[in-house]
Amino acid sequence: MIQVEGLTKDYGARRAIEDLSFQVGRGEIVGFLGPNGAGKTTTMRILCGYMPPTAGKASIAGFDVIEQSLEVRKRVGYVPETVPLYPDMTVWEYLKFMADLRHLPDAEDKVDDVLELVHMEARAEGYISNLSKGMRQRVGLAQALLHQPEVLILDEPTIGLDPAQVFEVRNLIREIGRERTVMLSTHILPEAQQVCNRVLIINKGRIVAEDSPEQLQARLSGGMRIALRVAGEASGLAELITPIKGVNHILEVRQDGLDLLSDPGVDVRPEIARAVVNARYELVELKSIGLSLEEIFLQLTREESSIETGLVTESALADNGHEGETNA
Amino acid sequence: MRNIWTIAKREYKTFFASPAAYVVAGILYLILGVIFYINVAAAMTQQYVPDVQVVISPLVTLLIFATPAITMRLLAEEQRLGTMELLLTAPVRDWELVVGKWLGGFLFLLTVIAVTLLYPVVLNQLIDPGIDQGLMVSGYLGLILLTGSLVAIGVAISSLFSNQIAVFFATMGAFLLLWIIGMPTQLMGGTSGEVLRYLDLSEHFYSTFYIGMIDLRDLVYYLSLTALALFFGTVSVEMRRWR
Ligand SMILES: Nc1ncnc2c1ncn2[C@@H]1O[C@H](COP(=O)(O)OP(=O)(O)OP(=O)(O)O)[C@@H](O)[C@H]1O
Ligand SMILES: [Mg+2]
Repeated sequence: MIQVEGLTKDYGARRAIEDLSFQVGRGEIVGFLGPNGAGKTTTMRILCGYMPPTAGKASIAGFDVIEQSLEVRKRVGYVPETVPLYPDMTVWEYLKFMADLRHLPDAEDKVDDVLELVHMEARAEGYISNLSKGMRQRVGLAQALLHQPEVLILDEPTIGLDPAQVFEVRNLIREIGRERTVMLSTHILPEAQQVCNRVLIINKGRIVAEDSPEQLQARLSGGMRIALRVAGEASGLAELITPIKGVNHILEVRQDGLDLLSDPGVDVRPEIARAVVNARYELVELKSIGLSLEEIFLQLTREESSIETGLVTESALADNGHEGETNA
Repeated sequence: MRNIWTIAKREYKTFFASPAAYVVAGILYLILGVIFYINVAAAMTQQYVPDVQVVISPLVTLLIFATPAITMRLLAEEQRLGTMELLLTAPVRDWELVVGKWLGGFLFLLTVIAVTLLYPVVLNQLIDPGIDQGLMVSGYLGLILLTGSLVAIGVAISSLFSNQIAVFFATMGAFLLLWIIGMPTQLMGGTSGEVLRYLDLSEHFYSTFYIGMIDLRDLVYYLSLTALALFFGTVSVEMRRWR
């Protein structure tokens, strides 16, 4: 549905995105994950036909975003990061205006439909200037859904919302994503995890990883994070565990045990259990708790910046459980 | 075409919700009324018959000052609100956006101008045998054409900034420059003088429409100036995408 190839955008001398390539299939919900300034907004703006790229190609539903911009714009619903609205219009007037710009037949019915979809019927006659942030976000979403677009592009759809509204908007996106292709940007990892089928991680204008949230976690963490807990005396545990084959390194030493990272592909738990019991520690817990996306993400972006050129290849990341070793 | 109308309609309605537009129109009517009253009173005491020019002459000058206040928000406000991103990602061509904005502003000013017809109507009642209708028709036609050009220039300049105050002063500056550019040519001869005089906004108004004449060349001048300004506005919106 969305095809991006070698997309590059320079703002004057500053390169915002560099050689971005990815694809989004029909019916997928793809998360575009990256820290501030990574180039998420830039990429989305290019996809929506707001501005042309400096180099590279992108197409949506088979239409080139530069050459056939109008065709693309007809098929895409877009909610910009700032959710721009006209404060001096009522919700209904605004949606009617947007529907008219799209030449929708039965515009008034369509407006009523989307208002219902985002649960804003009650505020239809209210002025936009009086709406809360969450309501504005929903009106923005309603605007993007008016023409039942094949592709929905949402730039940080849950930013600035309270938890209840975040929950609601995420549910709404999941609902919409059942029938449509959705691409959303976020820097909230659990959001990507909860909502998306696939995550693209972007940093400094480059894609650093791409996979399903589960796969990404497995691939990137390489090994497992293992929590070891003992009752009573826990000192000396680290010295005991470190030499064991398959233990990558100790992540955290605690009063009641430690957390460690194992090498990929081996389960070191039986070995550890044996060693701990033999050394007369009282083992109470030993479990694997895969890395959270947060940790993966921090790891990724940290490594990215620790290598000056930022040339971390995907494969280098894939078999990387060894912090610091990718510097070699 | 439909998009132009959609955009113009929204714009036109927005003016009626905007206090600034009312203030501008109110001040215009007030000044026009005061000048009208003074003129009519003077004519009464000094025993001469005023004609419709006592309305049109100050109205032209007032429009030069009022138009920038009306047009400054057209595209600059979209830029400030961020709604430009919405319009530029909707299936609307850049020129449709610019022309729609122009039409909205133009229609609003036409409404403002239409209300001033009250003064000629009153004048018609006051004097005998009534006003020179030809003078009124040509005068108002010139006024409308001039306004069309002014709004187009205003839209073009409004596309350059997101700060409305900057737009206001830039537009005002452009208007005043175009209003007086022909003046030094009274001293200057030759083709350069001719060119400057041709560019002059007031020249095309005062030498014909104002005195009851309708010349095709002036019509062409105002229409091409409008088209040119709208073209520049469109280019400027397009350029904005490339930044
Ligand atoms: N209009 C612009 N002019 C100049 N530089 C820009 C412009 N927009 C973005 N940039 C730069 O391009 C880079 C990418 O910005 P972008 O807005 O795409 O990031 P982002 O991933 O959306 O960040 P955020 O999470 O903060 O929204 C940044 O370095 C930013 O400073
Ligand atoms: Mg952004």
